[in-house]
Amino acid sequence: MKIQTILAAGAMTVAAVAAQNAQAGAVLDGIKAKGFVQCGVNTGLPGFSAANAEGQWEGIDVDVCRATAAALLGDANSVQYTPLTAAQRFTALQSGEIDILSRNTTATTTRDAKLGLTFVGINYYDGQGFLIPKALGVSSATELDGATVCVEPGTTTELNLADYFRAKGMSFEPVVIENINEATAAFFSGRCDVYTTDASGLASIRTQMAENPDDYAILPEIISKEPLGPVVAQGDEQWSDVVRWAFTAMIEAEEYGVTMENVDDMKANSTNPGIQRLLGVTPGMGEALGLDEAWAYNIIKQVGNYGESYEKNVTAKLGLERGLNALWTDGGLQYAWPVR
Amino acid sequence: MSENAKSPPLPTGTFMERAVTWSKKNLFDGWFNTILTLGSIAFILWLVPPLVEWGIVNATLAPSIESCKEATGACWGFVNANLRLILFGTYPFDEQWRPLLAMIILMGIICGSLGGVKYAGVRKWIIPMWVIGVPIICILMWGGIFGLTYVQNSYWGGLPLTLILSSIGVIFAFPFGLLLALGRQSNMPAIKTVSVVYIEVIRGVPLITVLFMASVMFPLFLPDGVTIDKLLRAQIGIILFTAAYLAEVFRGGLQAVPRGQFEAGDSLALSYWQSMRLIVLPQALRLVIPPTVNSFISMFKDTTLVVIIGLFDFLGTVKLALRSDPAWTKYYVEGYAFAAAIFFLICFSMAKYSAYLEKELRKGEQR
Repeated sequence: MKIQTILAAGAMTVAAVAAQNAQAGAVLDGIKAKGFVQCGVNTGLPGFSAANAEGQWEGIDVDVCRATAAALLGDANSVQYTPLTAAQRFTALQSGEIDILSRNTTATTTRDAKLGLTFVGINYYDGQGFLIPKALGVSSATELDGATVCVEPGTTTELNLADYFRAKGMSFEPVVIENINEATAAFFSGRCDVYTTDASGLASIRTQMAENPDDYAILPEIISKEPLGPVVAQGDEQWSDVVRWAFTAMIEAEEYGVTMENVDDMKANSTNPGIQRLLGVTPGMGEALGLDEAWAYNIIKQVGNYGESYEKNVTAKLGLERGLNALWTDGGLQYAWPVR
Repeated sequence: MSENAKSPPLPTGTFMERAVTWSKKNLFDGWFNTILTLGSIAFILWLVPPLVEWGIVNATLAPSIESCKEATGACWGFVNANLRLILFGTYPFDEQWRPLLAMIILMGIICGSLGGVKYAGVRKWIIPMWVIGVPIICILMWGGIFGLTYVQNSYWGGLPLTLILSSIGVIFAFPFGLLLALGRQSNMPAIKTVSVVYIEVIRGVPLITVLFMASVMFPLFLPDGVTIDKLLRAQIGIILFTAAYLAEVFRGGLQAVPRGQFEAGDSLALSYWQSMRLIVLPQALRLVIPPTVNSFISMFKDTTLVVIIGLFDFLGTVKLALRSDPAWTKYYVEGYAFAAAIFFLICFSMAKYSAYLEKELRKGEQR
């Protein structure tokens, strides 16, 4: 906690200085000059950002960076990745080591306001849940009084857990294990009754680590809100606009049904004014953002729309359905601001 | 040799008789040793067969998740399928011959330098080897010229990174540690104070703190827009840390050199540096070979801590591979066993070399 306080204090000082010094467009100009986007990613979280067997970064967080590069530079591969730990991530952004942080980062008031950051969108709505063995005979988190809970230390997960049990007037016994492999091993060997982390993590642990996934269940209660999204440093609004709209274009494309496959056809033949605006058939959007008119076309052609990115990374790797991350028209929360 | 002085009686009898005599003498000599022997045999029988069964008999090497799921033993297929990711991390796939070549060159230079102790012909090539070799390694790793594509060092990883961090660490920490040790012995109060404060402060904090400061706090104090490379920061942190420990090792050696040797240097009208170089240090350093190598081995293993600042050393790339696909994640025992084997191989070689070096340098005393 102490380290975090000191870090936060240091970060705030720098943020204040950085805000004064930053000139509009400094980051954007820097990226154009060097020819690539420097993107901070997780050191390894399957589905979000992880290296594949060929050492290439993949995941929905990685796709945000790729989309930004496609919009700004015309090539989704013009991205360099800096893997960062949770402790390093904000420093790296504030010191200018990276241009964009796309590392399953929860948007909160303190981070947005005090650390001098701008959250440009939410690319994954997550929340903390509980995984239990079905043999425990529990169907709701409210029945967990007195349970032994396996949890990773030093995360908001641990705090949320304590908050939840206190609010419900229940007691629990935490088993705090740093390493996720050991923590899950402890859970599956019966060392604790419950395992808690973000729901996306629980699903992948259940499907991939359990001997028999059907023996385990995720309880319906989600005890916290974890809106995860890409972040940039404050001070270059033009740059944060580019990232925001590059990400928005991915959702907008899914809403219009424009995919990697049919984007050329749509560009040539679609009579829908919204699609024409998005793909630059009707010019104006690119100019407004200071980008090439083909910005959104490049994103969809090279990275795909949000649904494709989700399917390819999250569903394929973690076996997770869309859930909260479905489009608003399908009962989810993903709702693109109109590109017009 | 003491064995020659009292040579044992030549063994007689058949092989079986000799075997019985030998085991009576060495294994069942009294009730306590008998218990220890039987206990050890039981332990080996309990441990080894299941291990062999798991690691070899029932194991699979096929690089597919399906065959691993079927196998009841170890899934070496995890290592097999991800070998290049484990060895080279996120270095661009098509360019991975470059870190491979760099690693081979580095190993060659290290072996050459180590061999230089014995062979005078090789010795004079040690410095030229490093002077030529290091730029070649840098060019291979970074690229950017001679038609090689530029590779940021945030992409470096795996075994080459571990070897680079530790060998550069040794090369710089050694002289720096030596200077600190001499400084601590110095008669000049300013130098002495600086050395003592430095050594005690650095020894008083864990390496993980130094790395953490270097990677998280330090950038915040730099002017806006100035960033110092992450790898360089970690490397400097490792050097500074190791130097403090080496300084204390060297101080032990310096204190063990008899006072008369220093005075001998003075009486020959040698300057401070001459007498250090020609008389004191050769004796002092020879005395502290085991603790020096000990420091190097622990530094080699400490390089794994860079994982906390998002660099993927060899152990880091194993973790990276474990997370490359969630289906692999449960085979972490195999991944860590592989990493342990490689680390053991390197550390054991270092220990063996240090034993050899001691013997080699003691030859003068045995005559």
